[in-house]
Amino acid sequence: MPASLSKGGAARLALLLFLSLIVLVFAVASATAIGDYNIALTTVFLSVTNELGLTGADIPPIEQSVVWNLRLSRALIAALAGAGLALCGAILQALLRNALAEPFVLGVSAGASTGAVCVIVLGIGAGSLSLSLGAFAGAFAAFGLVALLSNGATSGPNHTILAGVAASQLFNALTSYIVTTSGNAQQARDVMFWLLGSFGGVRWPDFQLLLVVVLFALAVCILMARSLDAFTFGDEDAASLGVPVARIRLVLFAVTALLTATIVSMVGAIGFVGLVVPHAARYVVGPMHLRLLPASALTGAIFMVVADIVSRIIATQQTVPIGVVTALVGVPFFAIILYRARPQA
Amino acid sequence: MSVLAENLRWGVRRKIIVSDVSLSVAPGETLGLIGPNGSGKSSLLRLLAGLRRPASGRVEINGQDIARVARKALSRHVAFVQQSAATDTNVSVEDVVRLGRTPHRSALAGWSEGDEAAVTDALQRVGMTSRRTQAWQTLSGGERQRVHIARALAQAPQVMFLDEPTNHLDIHHQIEILRMVRDLDLTSVIALHDLNLAAMYCDRIVVLQDGQIHACGTPEEVLTPQLLKDVFRVSAHVDASADAGRPHIRFSAG
Repeated sequence: MPASLSKGGAARLALLLFLSLIVLVFAVASATAIGDYNIALTTVFLSVTNELGLTGADIPPIEQSVVWNLRLSRALIAALAGAGLALCGAILQALLRNALAEPFVLGVSAGASTGAVCVIVLGIGAGSLSLSLGAFAGAFAAFGLVALLSNGATSGPNHTILAGVAASQLFNALTSYIVTTSGNAQQARDVMFWLLGSFGGVRWPDFQLLLVVVLFALAVCILMARSLDAFTFGDEDAASLGVPVARIRLVLFAVTALLTATIVSMVGAIGFVGLVVPHAARYVVGPMHLRLLPASALTGAIFMVVADIVSRIIATQQTVPIGVVTALVGVPFFAIILYRARPQA
Repeated sequence: MSVLAENLRWGVRRKIIVSDVSLSVAPGETLGLIGPNGSGKSSLLRLLAGLRRPASGRVEINGQDIARVARKALSRHVAFVQQSAATDTNVSVEDVVRLGRTPHRSALAGWSEGDEAAVTDALQRVGMTSRRTQAWQTLSGGERQRVHIARALAQAPQVMFLDEPTNHLDIHHQIEILRMVRDLDLTSVIALHDLNLAAMYCDRIVVLQDGQIHACGTPEEVLTPQLLKDVFRVSAHVDASADAGRPHIRFSAG
């Protein structure tokens, strides 16, 4: 592993994060420019400054509207969702001491899909707002069940993971039951499409909500980053280093559940990002969380924005579900890291 | 700092594991904790270090009831070394020892010169300075144990609890680690399996059986053929060794 980077000082980390931020801005700009018809980057830039009241450039209203109302909000939400999922993945991998942990390991996505299905198929409530609310309620119901089964998440990593598996199975079964007994073919297709994730319906109000949740979660997690490091050798070891283990676990589980539920209820259960991005970030900045968490969040944001661009251009005339793209783009990339990081025999 | 335990009781469900244990350790003393498997050594050690709450009784460190001291404040002067703690994370030796500074740092505080000095000193005391940047995963069992002790030392403790720190080590490293702990200027309580090593390096020995203290005293007072037969169910000869007051045990092949 590149020891120079993982051991570098705060200045080097700051430089790395700054460069990532520039890449992210560029990715968001590209995502806004690329689409069914492409818009020049200068037009994108002027549209944004126009909307912010900084300039009064003469731009076709239709292009300005596409940039501001459709594409920019979508790109920014993709960035936030990617950042949030990667952050959750990094936290859960540390708390559960399991390299396979990801945001959906605590049953949150299964619960969200049950909630969404209740809305789509059973018609509880109506409209897109209630779809999000249904998914959010389902996600938290699943998390509540996991917390209950694992005594408020205090009974150790494997116990918590098993509780998550049980909750996922239960809610997946409920989803299948509702779809097969009450749904028609079109509804089943809708549900499937929703589950794979889509940035299609998102707008500015979603962005504002997600921004608040992501920033809140990031702040809490950064404050607890040192404590997360102490979990390297397990719960008891963390306790002997003065970390209030039970409290940290419960707070961080709740924060990740809140963040995941918010994201899933907006854009569906987008897989792979939360699993792989933390590993990629760890490979570059090392395992210590004060570096890993911001690096994961930024990498996740860039990855998701790029994946969204790919999902819109990979097939003509239609959008491939984002969850398909994250896996298609992510697996080869991840394979390289796995290969290079293999234990030296 | 002194350690004082009064009437400690602890158990899991109906099973009593530590039953009415009282003991005291003087400042600077090295106390050995011996007993057969399942006699409650590890559990007692965790009660003393405040990692588990006793069902009744109390532990005082330096005259303070540890149940009333915050976790973080306690770990600024009490360190605990587990037996063979492992991780899958790709950390370096330095990363691990730096973790020892956790109780001394606030959430966002930078890395101070004091922290750096503590880590450098701890690595030097266990003889791992040259391995500072080496990956944890590439260390041998003995080296990992030494790094764990270095991490405990970086906590700058005045009391150290060690749970079978010499497990899986060859005899050279067993002796090296125990000599190091004995020579440290701090109070330590060590759970041990090897009775001869306990006799060589502990000032006093507590013998546990079924969660109760069966005997307590200097190695010479405690390690008698009769006790070895009663507690460990072995027949043995106990010889006086070259060191005064440190008996040597020879087990009979039977």
